[in-house]
Order: sequence, then C-alpha cells, then structure tokens
Amino acid sequence: MTLLGQTLITGVLIGGIYAIIAIGMTLIMGVMKIINLVHGALMMVGMYVCLVLFKSFGLHPYIGMIPAMVILFGIGYFLQKYSIERVAGVETILPQSQVLLTLALALTITEIVRLIFSSDYQSTYTPFSSKCFYVGDMSISVPYLVSFVIAMAFVAGLHLFLTRTDLGRSVVATAQDKDAAIYMGVDAKRITNFTFGLGTALAAAGGALLLPVFYLFPDIWGPYLTKSFVITVLGGMGSTVGALSGGLLLGVAETFGATYWSPGYSNVVGLIIFLLVLLFLPGGLKTIIGR
Amino acid sequence: MTKKNWFLLAILGVVVVAIPPFLGSYFQHVLILIMMWVTMATAWNLLGGYCGQVSFGHAVFFGLGAYGGGLLHLHWGTSPWWGMIAGPLLAVIIGIPIGLITFRLRGAYFALAMLALGETFRIVFINWEPVTAGAVGMIFSRTWGAQKLPYYYIALAVAALSIYVVYRLVHSKYGYYFVSIREDQDAAEGLGIPTTKYKLYALIPSAFFTGLAGAVYMNYIAYIEPHSVFNLSAISIMMMLCVMLGGAGTLWGPVLGAAAYTILSEALRAGIGPLAYLIFPIIACLIIMFLPDGIIGDWGKIKRVFSRRKPVYAGGE
Repeated sequence: MTLLGQTLITGVLIGGIYAIIAIGMTLIMGVMKIINLVHGALMMVGMYVCLVLFKSFGLHPYIGMIPAMVILFGIGYFLQKYSIERVAGVETILPQSQVLLTLALALTITEIVRLIFSSDYQSTYTPFSSKCFYVGDMSISVPYLVSFVIAMAFVAGLHLFLTRTDLGRSVVATAQDKDAAIYMGVDAKRITNFTFGLGTALAAAGGALLLPVFYLFPDIWGPYLTKSFVITVLGGMGSTVGALSGGLLLGVAETFGATYWSPGYSNVVGLIIFLLVLLFLPGGLKTIIGR
Repeated sequence: MTKKNWFLLAILGVVVVAIPPFLGSYFQHVLILIMMWVTMATAWNLLGGYCGQVSFGHAVFFGLGAYGGGLLHLHWGTSPWWGMIAGPLLAVIIGIPIGLITFRLRGAYFALAMLALGETFRIVFINWEPVTAGAVGMIFSRTWGAQKLPYYYIALAVAALSIYVVYRLVHSKYGYYFVSIREDQDAAEGLGIPTTKYKLYALIPSAFFTGLAGAVYMNYIAYIEPHSVFNLSAISIMMMLCVMLGGAGTLWGPVLGAAAYTILSEALRAGIGPLAYLIFPIIACLIIMFLPDGIIGDWGKIKRVFSRRKPVYAGGE
C-alpha cells in the first residue's frame, strides 16, 4: 500500500513538470500544425541559461527561470520568423521538410551547446535538492513538490491568459481555424511567431524546474522531446487541459512501469501509450474532455 | 535510358569495380561506408521518396538486420554470414506488422509513430539481456581479418542490387502506384488503389535492403550494440539526410547524396576535427531551406544561379 501511494505521488509530481513542457509543445503544434522537433533542444538551452546564472550569480533556478524564459522567448521567436517560416509554403517532393528542418536545427543547437559547455554532466546541486518530508511512510521530495506547485501556477496563469486576454484568444483562434482567424483580423503570422516564442519559454520553465533535481548535459533533451510528443498526442493538439491531464497520466504511468515492471522499461511505457493513442484515440483526451 | 546514360553507367561500373584494389586501406574503408549508405539511402528512398511515407525509424530495420545474424551466432554459434539471410528476413518479418499498424496513420503522425518504434526497439534491445546480450553488444571474428577488399565487393554487390531492384520497381506499375500515393492519397484511393497494400509493397523491399545493409555492417565492423545500430540521429536521420541531399524521389539522388555525405563527413572530420559535428547539421539546415528537393531535384535551380539566365517557370524540370 505504501509502495502504491509512493509511486502515485512521485508520478503526479513528475507529471506536473512534464505537463508544462508539453503545454509549450501543444500550443506550437496546435497553431502551426507541424511537428516541432526543436522543442527539447530549446528546453536544454533554457536549462543551460539557468545553470550559467546559478554558477556566476548564484541565482537559484527557480528565480533564474524568469530571465531564462525571456531569453528563450526571443530565441524561439526569431528561429520561427527567420528559419522555420521560410520553409512553410514551399512545395517539395518530401512533404515533411519543415519537420526535418526543426530536427536539423535541434542538432545544430545541441552541437553549439556542446562546443561551449562540453559534454560533461553538470548540476545545480544545493542542500535543498535532497530535502524531503514524510506523510505516514511515504516520503515527499521538497524540490519536486515546489516544482510541481510552480508548474501548476504556470498552467493556471496560462489558462487565464488564453481565455481572458485578446492576445491569448487570438492564439486559440489561430489554432482552431487559421483562415477564419485571418478573416477576423488576426495577424496569423505574428501570432504564430509569438506562439512559438511562448511555447519555447514554457519549455525553458519546465527545464528550470527539472534542474534542481536532475543533472544536465547537451543530449538530455531526447527523452523529454518524446515525452512531450506522447503528452501532446495523448491530450489532443492545442489543448492545455488535455496536455495537463496527459502529463499527469504519463508521469503516473511511467513511475508505475518503473516500480512494477523494470526501471529500464519506464520509457517504453510512454511509447506504448503513444502508439495505442495514435491508433485508437487519434483526437486524444480532448475528444473525451470536450475542449 | 538513353544510349548516353548507358555509356555513363558502364564507365561508373568499371570505375567502382576496377579502381579500389589500387587504393589504400583507408580509402577502401571509406568506399565500403559509401556503399553501405548508398544501399540504405536507396532503400529509404523507395518508401520515403517514391511512396511519400517519411519514416523517422528506419534504424529499426538496420538494427534488426544487424542483430538477425548476431542472435543466431550468440545462441547457436552459427557463422555471422548467415546474417546476410537472417538479418533482412527478420527485418521484413517484423516490418510487415509494423507497416500494417503504422500505415493507418498519415504524414507527420506516421513519422512520429516510426520515431517512437525506433526508440522502443533500442530500449528493448538494451534491457532484454537474456536474449540480446543487452548494452554490452556482441563481438565477432572477421572472416578476412584486416583485408578490406572482399567486404568492399560484397557491399558493392548489395548496393548495386538495391539500385537495380528499386529501378525495376519504380519503372513498373508499382512505381506509378507509389508516386500516386505520395502525391494524393485520397485521389489514389478514389482511383481504386489499395493504398495500405501498396505502401506495404514499398516497405518490404525497403526494410529488406536496410536490413541487408545492417548485415553487411555487422560482418564488416564485427561489433554491434543497440546504441549504435538502433541510433536515431546517426542512422535514421542520416539516411534521410542522404536522400534529401541528393534528391528524394529520384533514382540516383540517394547514391549521390550518400557518396557526398560520407566523403564530406570523413573530410570534415580529418580537416577540422570536432567542429565537423557542428558543420554537418548546419549544412542540413541550409539544404532544407534552399534546396528542399536535393541536388538532383533542384538541378535546374542550381544551374540558373550559376548561368544567371532568366528563370524558367512552367515545366522547368
């Protein structure tokens, strides 16, 4: 029973962090309708920005995440405006040239980071990182809990932004129907650039939340990229509520896989869920939740 | 093919058969790599370039091709050369159910599903130690020791066979079906083409030759482990980049792309060291942005830039 509760709690806490990375992805994919493979690499860049702030100014990642988000917003905005958008309307033999471009960008960014910081594992370890408290027999890690709370605050703020402000509503409108949004006077190109920046900033926030508990190296992004795909497809493209529930679900499923099957296979659980959802529930949880 | 093309092909054939014995060991090694990549790029091109099903997970077939003979060797002690039969067969046997499942998905979702499958196979082969020997991998003894020439001729034969098979396929009824699926799947279905069946007909030779390249790799390198043969960025993505560099949906595009890619990566690595790993993805970005149809596909564009003639639009190709 304790094991079950422990697994559940750890899964939910880590799932909250997955959710915030995946919400960035789901916004970008919802608005652009392309698969964005550069997301994980930009998350990694955000983590390195936090690391540099930590090493040189002693800023804790929870505070360093704010400048990191601003910087990554800019990087995402310009990457979309000057590189990805150029390929958008071009007729090619291979229909997926944009996807390939995002992948090539991801590899480029990884190599640049490797050149600057080398492949060594780094971390922002503080005594705070290993603190935990007990509820009954179950231990709850403080940094996980704090990260979870911050992530949920971001999700709530984002939800308000998307439903209550003009800019946020334009983003939602563009995601729902680009042509109709253009007829209503939305500058779809600007909104797309903005969304890419916003999604990237959210990825950076997720990365910063991971930093106190994990280590960091240039190739860290692969698993997080696949996780955010799984969550995006699971939740339904462009749906924040879907991504949140998908994130929590994936976190729990993975920890259950690690506890009751084998830690080596925990990533396979996510991939199996991914394939099943693609095949049997192509619209994702969005179709069940209804938004 | 015209008379001139046959002539060029004959010269190419004589060159690739007659020259290598006079080259040094390192250049023979590079040539073997080129032939392996030619096979893989040609195989990927059949499914991706002609049939339009962009797969991000062809490393699955490469890895299975390499492991087919490896597993036989590990459990029953057979010669690794049986892998030349067992590897591709394993790739096809696993490939058929993969195709039947993933071909229900379209475009980007198909690409993602293949990516997920590639990663799944890698993780399973690392963790399923009793069967696959896990992350430690397997080591074999090489039949011809340090000699490279025999391996070169085997790799050359495999590459030539793959090009011939793809040539015959795309110049038959099947080829037209593949291209029609790529151009518009709904229209193809409306014309009465069973699309899933024909996608599968493109996948089977594609998986077979990718697996065969894997078997050649296993025999030549004589060491396999899951990280290197099921690798996403070093195998799946590189196959795609070879095809994109040369020109997707053309017969000689993947050949040119694979040769250019191998020579470039060897030369860059020798010339500027670790920076090569940065230059390579940058080149990939530039190709996708400015030559999205590859060197052969965009040949008209390249010629126009250099000759500075007025652009020709309709029917320029």
